Amino acid sequence: MLEPTAPPRKAPLAPPLDTRHQVETPEGIDLPLRPAGLPVRAVAFAIDLALRGVIMGVLFIALAFLGKLGMGLGSLLLFAISWWYMVLFEVLRQGRSPGKQWMGLRVVHDDGTPVGWSASLLRNLLRFVDLLPFGYFLGTLSCLHHSTFKRLGDIAAGTLVVYSERPLTRPQLPEAEPRRTPVPLTLKEQRAVLSFAERQNDLSPARVNELAALLAQPLRISAPKAVAELNGIARGLLGPT
Amino acid sequence: MKQSLFESRHKAEWERFAMALERLEHGKDTTQVSGFPKAYRRLCQHLALAQERGYSSFLIDSLQQQVLRGHQQLYRHRSHLGANLLSFVLADFPRLVRAEWRFVLAAGLLFFGSLIAVGVLVYAFPELIYSLIPADQVREMHGMYDPVAGHLGRPVERAASEDWVMFGYYVMHNIGIAFQTFASGLFLGVGSAFFLFYNGMVIGAVAGHLSDIGYGQTFWSFVIAHGAFELTAIALAGAAGLRLGWALIAPGRLSRGEALQRAARKSVLLVCGVMLFLLIAAFIEAYWSSKTSVTPATKYLVGAGLWALVAVYLTFAGRTRHAPE
Repeated sequence: MLEPTAPPRKAPLAPPLDTRHQVETPEGIDLPLRPAGLPVRAVAFAIDLALRGVIMGVLFIALAFLGKLGMGLGSLLLFAISWWYMVLFEVLRQGRSPGKQWMGLRVVHDDGTPVGWSASLLRNLLRFVDLLPFGYFLGTLSCLHHSTFKRLGDIAAGTLVVYSERPLTRPQLPEAEPRRTPVPLTLKEQRAVLSFAERQNDLSPARVNELAALLAQPLRISAPKAVAELNGIARGLLGPT
Repeated sequence: MKQSLFESRHKAEWERFAMALERLEHGKDTTQVSGFPKAYRRLCQHLALAQERGYSSFLIDSLQQQVLRGHQQLYRHRSHLGANLLSFVLADFPRLVRAEWRFVLAAGLLFFGSLIAVGVLVYAFPELIYSLIPADQVREMHGMYDPVAGHLGRPVERAASEDWVMFGYYVMHNIGIAFQTFASGLFLGVGSAFFLFYNGMVIGAVAGHLSDIGYGQTFWSFVIAHGAFELTAIALAGAAGLRLGWALIAPGRLSRGEALQRAARKSVLLVCGVMLFLLIAAFIEAYWSSKTSVTPATKYLVGAGLWALVAVYLTFAGRTRHAPE
């Protein structure tokens, strides 16, 4: 059955069902971050690895023409690319190396702020430990075990790999006659009804009917017209547009 | 208040905020965003209201996104690398080394202790070298430091471009070792301790062996100058690693994760100093140590001077309060 009354105002937030990581800001706002799991990070890393390979290949061919000078430059470049590629991209491009950008990821501090020099350097230096004993074995273990998918470098540096936020588009609410709710709704229920209306265009008609039918009886609305009635309630909650 | 009224009332404000965000994120002219913190806090209030009044997910999500972006701009850790670098070199780094003297001492004892002990052992029992270092590497070493060949380190007098090649190689190789020594400290410090001991052992074995077979002059005059920076740097990298490990072994009143993060913040600064040292070392090694036109006596003198310089720098730099300014 539905909750009869609104929860007390100071009730703690229920832990989310998904992997969202709540960061509380000094303003008392909970910001949800969505940590990225192992597979997507592995793909991002593979892209970066391939890109580095291509860059080094091209540079070495170019430097081969420069002889000895090229060899010196080459080893400096090898050093720079193998140790600094990630750090430079992460710090100068708001936490996104090309691979991460491709996969829609970014690196942030635990508190949600963009990653800085020391944290980025640290997490990339400690990559050496994550690589051990072979092929990111320890990093993988740590990533799978941790609640926000951190590898060892992330734990020590206090960083988090999260999905970048995507721009939202305003959903079109279905046309309906605004109406009052037949029973008082809690805040959660209000949001659920509004979400039902906002997401309706993404759902199949059968699913829409099924979801609405579930609510027909507790909301005391007629089952055959449940969808239209729910949309009406949503319109009513939203107010005149 | 109905959601639509709330939205229409604050729409203009949100749009202004979004524009200020755009400007900040692209690092453009930031003089026009003086009201940003205030606008950000108002946005936070709007988000809290929207959540508390059960407004629709779209509104809450988009407000949340704006707040997140604002949070990242308002609370970002801005570092002024250029200005900090000078005070880091002049004061902060030696201060940090002194503040962490326990770990520096432990790492120094491990590294230089094993270096000297193994060096003396190999000098006393020459055949020991073959159980420490593969025979073909020993042969290669003989070729490099053979005093009869009349030059140091390389088979022929090197051109300037070759110095450059070696510079690149030393940077790559030595900083790699230092990073490895540091990072492996995450295994409760055991990794750092191992690399400190192992590197000390190998260097000691080489030094003892070459002194024993009478190549001492070429070897010592070659390594003394850059060794001041290189060996100190390896020891400091180890100290940074040991600090990481110690935070895990004895976190004190913090949780292990928190202790590790704090130790890591300190030790990454040590590693920055180590990189600086190794760059200097690579430069000296490529352009000074390999010079054959300089007499060994001069090299010893300069080398001793550099060792003294490193010691004085780490002990005394940044002691006076106003030194960096």
